[in-house]
Amino acid sequence: MTYWRVPLDLDQVEIPHGNIQIIVNQCKGCGFCVEYCPKSVLAMSTDFNRKGYHYPNIVKRNLCVNCNLCEIICPEFAIFVTDDKPRHPDPEEVLKGGGNHEG
Amino acid sequence: MSKTTTGFTNKLEIPTPREKLHHPMDRYLRTERFPHIWCATCGIGTILTAFISGLEKSGLEQEKVAVVSGIGCSGRAAGYLRLDSFHTTHGRAIPFATGLSLGNPELKVVVISGDGDLVAIGGNHLIHAARRNIDLTIICINNFNYAMTGGQAGPTTPIEANASTAPYGCYEFPFNLPFLAESSGAVYVARWTALHIRRLAKSITEALLKPGFSFIEVICPCSTLYARRNRLGTGLDLMKFYHDNALIKHGADTREIDIRYQDQIVVGKFVDKDKPTFLQKRDKFLREKLGEKFIPYKGPQPI
Ligand SMILES: Cc1ncc(C[n+]2csc(CCOP(=O)(O)OP(=O)(O)O)c2C)c(N)n1
Ligand code: SF4
Ligand code: SF4
Ligand code: SF4
Ligand SMILES: [Mg+2]
Repeated sequence: MTYWRVPLDLDQVEIPHGNIQIIVNQCKGCGFCVEYCPKSVLAMSTDFNRKGYHYPNIVKRNLCVNCNLCEIICPEFAIFVTDDKPRHPDPEEVLKGGGNHEG
Repeated sequence: MSKTTTGFTNKLEIPTPREKLHHPMDRYLRTERFPHIWCATCGIGTILTAFISGLEKSGLEQEKVAVVSGIGCSGRAAGYLRLDSFHTTHGRAIPFATGLSLGNPELKVVVISGDGDLVAIGGNHLIHAARRNIDLTIICINNFNYAMTGGQAGPTTPIEANASTAPYGCYEFPFNLPFLAESSGAVYVARWTALHIRRLAKSITEALLKPGFSFIEVICPCSTLYARRNRLGTGLDLMKFYHDNALIKHGADTREIDIRYQDQIVVGKFVDKDKPTFLQKRDKFLREKLGEKFIPYKGPQPI
C-alpha cells in the first residue's frame, strides 16, 4: 500500500519485528527463504559456507516482520527468527510502500 | 571417557552444538544426527518442519506421540525426530504402527513415509488400515518416484514423466491418492504441497486431533532424481511450479483430482467426517454381543 503523505498516527502504529538467526554451516543453499520472504529481507551470499553452499545474508534487517515463514520453509532448520521489540514504521519506507523503522 | 574391553568408548559423545545457535525446533529433533541426508533443495525437510509445527499446535504431549517410517528418503523422517520413532522395513510402517496403536491406544501414532513405501509395497496395508479406521495419521510424501533407489517409476508417477525404469516416459495409470484413501474409508483426507507450509501444518494438527484414519498427501520436490531426469530444474523451481499451478479447493470431489504430469494440482481438505474407530467399533459391538462377559483391553497396565 502506498500513501500520498505520511499518516498522522504513524507514531502509534507498531509493527512486529524479528531477530533473524542463521546457522550458516547447516544451510544447503536451496534459496527457499530468500524467494518466499514477503519483505525481501534476505539475499543469497556470494561466498560459500563450510560445505560449499551459498547461504542467505540479511540485507534489510529492519524490514523483517517476524512472520516466521523463512523458519518454517527451511528444509535444513538453518534459519529462525526470535521476537524483537515491535517497531514504528519508518515514514520514508511507508511512502515508498515498504514498512518498518530504519534501525 | 573410559574404554571398554571391546575398545569402544562406553559414553556417548556430546554432540557438537551447532554454532551455539539453538533452533526453536531443536527439542523435537535428534540434532546429533544433523545435517540430515536429504539433498539440497529437497522438500522433505520442509515437510518435517510442518509436522513439528502442526504437532506443537495440537498440544499433544511429546511422550504420547510416536512416529513410524518405512524405507526411502521420506522414510528417514522418523529417525530425525526426538519422539518415540521407529524406522521399520520397506512397506511395513502401517502394520507396525497398527500394532503400536492397538497395543497402546493412548498413543497418537503417526506414519511419515514415501509414495513407494506406502502405496506400492505397502499399498495393501494402507487400504486395510483405512478400511478398519485404525487410529493413525498418515503423512504420505509424494515425490512421484522411488527416490532413494535411483528414481524408478512407482504407483504415483504421472503418465509422460521420465523415470529410470521409464526412459521414454511412464505409461502406467497412476493412483489418485486422496481418492484411494477416501474410498478405502479414511475419515480425514487432505493434499498439500511442500510450499503450502502453513496450511499443511494446520491439516497436520487437525489430523492429529482426529480419531481414526487420517491421510495427508504432500507433493514434494525431489531435486536429484525426479526433477533432474525430467529437466524441471531445482527444488526451488518446483516450489515455484506449485505456486503457479496449485488450486486450493476444499471439499473437492476426490474422483476428479488426479494429478497429470506438470499440470494443475488440486490441493485442500477433501474429507473430514466422523466414524467410530476400529477400537470404538469393536468395543461397542462386542459389548452388545457379550454383555458382562466382555472385558475391553485397557492398554498396557503398570505391573
Ligand atoms: C523389501 C524391500 N524391497 C525393496 C527395497 C528397496 N527400496 C528402498 S527405498 C525404495 C523405494 C522408496 O520409495 P518412496 O517410498 O517413494 O521413498 P522416496 O525415496 O521416494 O522418498 C525401495 C524400492 C527395500 N529396501 N526393501
Ligand atoms: S520472519 Fe518473515 S519477514 Fe522476517 S526474514 Fe523471515 S520470512 Fe522475512
Ligand atoms: S531455506 Fe534454509 S537451507 Fe534454504 S537457503 Fe534458506 S537457510 Fe539455507
Ligand atoms: S533423492 Fe530426491 S527425495 Fe531423496 S533426498 Fe534427494 S532430492 Fe530428496
Ligand atoms: Mg517417493
